[in-house]
Amino acid sequence: MTTKNTLAQKTMPLYPAKTKIQVTIIFFVVLGIYTYSMIKTQEDMVGGFGGALGNMYTVIEKFFPPNFAILPAIWDSMMQTIQMAIIATTIAAILTVPLAVLSAQNITTFKPLYYLTRTLLNLLRTIPDLVLAVIFVGLFGIGVFPGILALTVFSLGILAKLISETIESVDMNPLEAMRASGGNVFQVIWYSLVPQIAPQFTSLVLYVFEINIRASVVLGMVGAGGVGLILNQQLKFYNYPNAMTVIIVIFATVLIIEYVSNKLREALL
Amino acid sequence: MIEFKNVGLVYPNGTEGLKNINVKINDGEFVVIVGLSGAGKSTFIRSINRLVTPTSGSLLVDNEDILKFKGKNLRKLRTKVGMIFQNYNLVKRTNVFKNVLAGRLGHTGTLRSIFNLYSKEDKALAYNNLNRVNIAEKLYNRADELSGGQQQRVSIARVLTQKPKYILADEPVASLDPPTSHQVMTYLKKINKEDNITTIVNLHFIDMAMEYADRIIGMRAGEVVFDGPVSEVTEKTFEEIYGRSIREDDLRGGAQE
Ligand SMILES: Nc1ncnc2c1ncn2[C@@H]1O[C@H](COP(=O)(O)OP(=O)(O)OP(=O)(O)O)[C@@H](O)[C@H]1O
Ligand SMILES: [Mg+2]
Repeated sequence: MTTKNTLAQKTMPLYPAKTKIQVTIIFFVVLGIYTYSMIKTQEDMVGGFGGALGNMYTVIEKFFPPNFAILPAIWDSMMQTIQMAIIATTIAAILTVPLAVLSAQNITTFKPLYYLTRTLLNLLRTIPDLVLAVIFVGLFGIGVFPGILALTVFSLGILAKLISETIESVDMNPLEAMRASGGNVFQVIWYSLVPQIAPQFTSLVLYVFEINIRASVVLGMVGAGGVGLILNQQLKFYNYPNAMTVIIVIFATVLIIEYVSNKLREALL
Repeated sequence: MIEFKNVGLVYPNGTEGLKNINVKINDGEFVVIVGLSGAGKSTFIRSINRLVTPTSGSLLVDNEDILKFKGKNLRKLRTKVGMIFQNYNLVKRTNVFKNVLAGRLGHTGTLRSIFNLYSKEDKALAYNNLNRVNIAEKLYNRADELSGGQQQRVSIARVLTQKPKYILADEPVASLDPPTSHQVMTYLKKINKEDNITTIVNLHFIDMAMEYADRIIGMRAGEVVFDGPVSEVTEKTFEEIYGRSIREDDLRGGAQE
């Protein structure tokens, strides 16, 4: 009996042979794709890596020294970018709540409603933020408003998905207790679901805010207001020292906001 | 009074949870349900507050067939029937006081409860109930800072704050050590006697069932195979309910006195 057991331990693989073969094949296919695309990209580059390094020098020379005289002029639009991100994140954070609850399988037990919101959110997420901005700029003209709309829709997609997954992983026991004590749906959610997801919720909202700051710069370049608009103008007029100042300001702002938000999130979790 | 009349329950996957149950539980009784794992004890108890819904027969609570209840009626039934769980089911990140006040949810309007606008009486009630189970000093501790036995006492305070007529307890001591188990059972028994709250408890420890029950209902494979006062119960009765001889792990041990 004991000898039989040890024998079984020795010869029994951890995974079935079929799984092993599958994983090996997938690994080599992925490796092949990597190698192929690396070779292809090299071919497409004019002058290869050596050429790129040479170009870098010319580019850097054009951008330096940055023109810090325009700092006061940039300040306003940088603030505008931050405001866009704040407003969009706030609206998205509010709209996320019902959507996330409706797309969480453990709370929305009515299947058709669950599938409907899930599908809607999946569709929303397939639209790139830049496309959203182009559409809204087309509809409402150049300015901050279309930028805010684009950011809201864009962050709603991410946020609702992440938060519905948080909701799906909560401890269902307290929810059952609240239901058993006669609480209605809203009371059950408020008393036993909200306390469980509040820290993650805040953390995810801050994270999406960081993403929104960066995204709003890019959106500005297609006319959606903020500092991105200025950057785009300066680049168009080949005013590289000015553009460089804008880039430095963006870089510093993003760094500061990420640092603060990271500290806040650490404190929360 | 709770009355099961030919109650049957078939789960969606085809498992028969309850088979033709006929049981009458009188007001003020302390009933312990025993049976092996999978016998249908939880299904029986959870039918009474409709956490599961029997598929045939009728189940009367105070002469009303609760199987037809929906929405508001159902919530009213649940305010009348309190429940205690094996895993205490407290909101871990919330403090003890708020956990206990949650017992008032069924009696409180949605907006009032969302903004924590509980009446002075409700707060006093919650505090008194914490006192009754000797845990009032943990009022502002987070629930997850408490030991298992303390959490179960908080959940008893929560259920009392609900002012129920019936208390259902599904394996309330299964996650506790012997002395704590006896402490929790003693509180349940005391409340049953003092407040005349009908109490139905699922247990799988024979010695505890014998010590605390007025009446024992034995279940096997979804059926009631024994129902009688504790005075009629012997070791043989348990062997019949379990369909095997009694073992060491059927006993909790550590009985007081
Ligand atoms: N949600 C469910 N879906 C399908 N079958 C279920 C469900 N819940 C319970 N069952 C089945 O119904 C039967 C009775 O289960 P129940 O949970 O009532 O037993 P129990 O006596 O409480 O057991 P335990 O002592 O393990 O808690 C079991 O065969 C179980 O597998
Ligand atoms: Mg059970």
